[in-house]
Amino acid sequence: MEISPELYQDMQDEIAPKSKSYINIPMAFVSGGLICLLGECILNLLTHFGLEQEAASAWTSVTLVFLSALLTGLGWYERIAKHAGAGTLVPITGFANGVTSSAIEARTEGWILGVGAKIFTIAGPVILYGTAASVVYGLCLKLFQMFTA
Amino acid sequence: MAQALARGVLRLERPVYAAGYAAVAGKKEGQGPMGKCFDRVEEDSHFGQETWEQAESRMQQETIYLAMQKAGTKPEDTDLILAGDLINQCTSSTYSLRPFGIPFLGLFGACSTMAEGLAIGSLLLENGAGRRAAAATSSHFSTAERQFRYPLSYGGQRPPSAQWTCTASGAVVLDRETTDAPRIRGVCIGKITDLGVCDANNMGAAMAPAAADTLTRWFQGTGTTPAEYDAIVTGDLGEIGGKLLLDLVMKQGYEIHPKYHDCGVLMFDGDRQDTHAGGSGCGCGGSLLCGHFLPRVKSGEIRRMLFMATGALMSPMLIQQGESIPGIAHLIEIVCGEE
Repeated sequence: MEISPELYQDMQDEIAPKSKSYINIPMAFVSGGLICLLGECILNLLTHFGLEQEAASAWTSVTLVFLSALLTGLGWYERIAKHAGAGTLVPITGFANGVTSSAIEARTEGWILGVGAKIFTIAGPVILYGTAASVVYGLCLKLFQMFTA
Repeated sequence: MAQALARGVLRLERPVYAAGYAAVAGKKEGQGPMGKCFDRVEEDSHFGQETWEQAESRMQQETIYLAMQKAGTKPEDTDLILAGDLINQCTSSTYSLRPFGIPFLGLFGACSTMAEGLAIGSLLLENGAGRRAAAATSSHFSTAERQFRYPLSYGGQRPPSAQWTCTASGAVVLDRETTDAPRIRGVCIGKITDLGVCDANNMGAAMAPAAADTLTRWFQGTGTTPAEYDAIVTGDLGEIGGKLLLDLVMKQGYEIHPKYHDCGVLMFDGDRQDTHAGGSGCGCGGSLLCGHFLPRVKSGEIRRMLFMATGALMSPMLIQQGESIPGIAHLIEIVCGEE
């Protein structure tokens, strides 16, 4: 083919439909916001029934993770996520979906080399770089406190 | 002996016929616009099996049995079989063929496998390698998705250029001695073509240059024009790849638009079935060739057609290493009956 990759890229740009950002971004904003609202409701409910703030926060996360895993198992999460996009991906529910879906998928390869080895295929980078970022943050905070003390 | 008209462009001197052909598809494909053309539509996407991989093997096996039944033959009367699929080490085919005991050549040409199998099979038969050869291929949404993309229940958004891997299988029994069946008359072996597409969610664009190259070489090698064919069919370029192919061959001076069909576009109703740029997978072109086009060639509705299955020779590992996706397209010319 006597056609350069650059010219071919131009041809593709002309033809390929673009993602509908004007729908996707507001949908992500609303759905992500709704999940956070749900989290707030759970938190308020738990503190209302006498739980300490810290314990209530932890239980809120646990509840959202549980709900996300349950919906993933029932096959509903992917249907919601198709419309919600980043709205269901960014909160803790997205993390739970990544772990649960990988685990369900690997079930046919057994508990050890299947589920055990593949459960963090998607969530692995979040765990690694999340932990690394918290170490960097902690160091920065320590240095900041040393110089400002 | 096949005559080489140009590099990779071969004309079969002795006739080889598609004596029997069958297509089996999944539920979603069965609900699409082509749903009625399949020999069987299976509602259970597990095909009664424990795992997705076993399901795909089972589907391919049933398709081969059906094709043999329709050709009036049996596994023990088949001299060789050529099959391939998308799953690691072509396991859908090897496990599907385990009980048959037919001399087997495994093929990997990604979604170009149906045309590759038919090309090699008809060339071997024409050169006296036997009387009957079968060519088969399959793809399954769930096996492909978990090998190439994300877990099935992972919540993500697919871009508009993404295609939907078809759960479908096609099988053809080639026979040197039958008559009154679609006849394979020519073959064009594709070249690896890569114009730098790196997006694994835009396979149509990655494959279109290969299809354009093969088609152009065929027209130049045979001295024919698009007007001489009733149908020019690609396997799974989809909406985007199909438009790019039309543009690319137009630049070479060939207007194929009025004759052009793409199995990926035909397979689904994009708006209703949410399949974005169309169907894909080995089984997409394979099943519609066997379910839709070959019966029309046999009935004489299509007198002369070109079937070009296109493959994106993509490895997730190489994509992660920053490589682009090489494409390939093999072509076979199918005609109705004798000259």
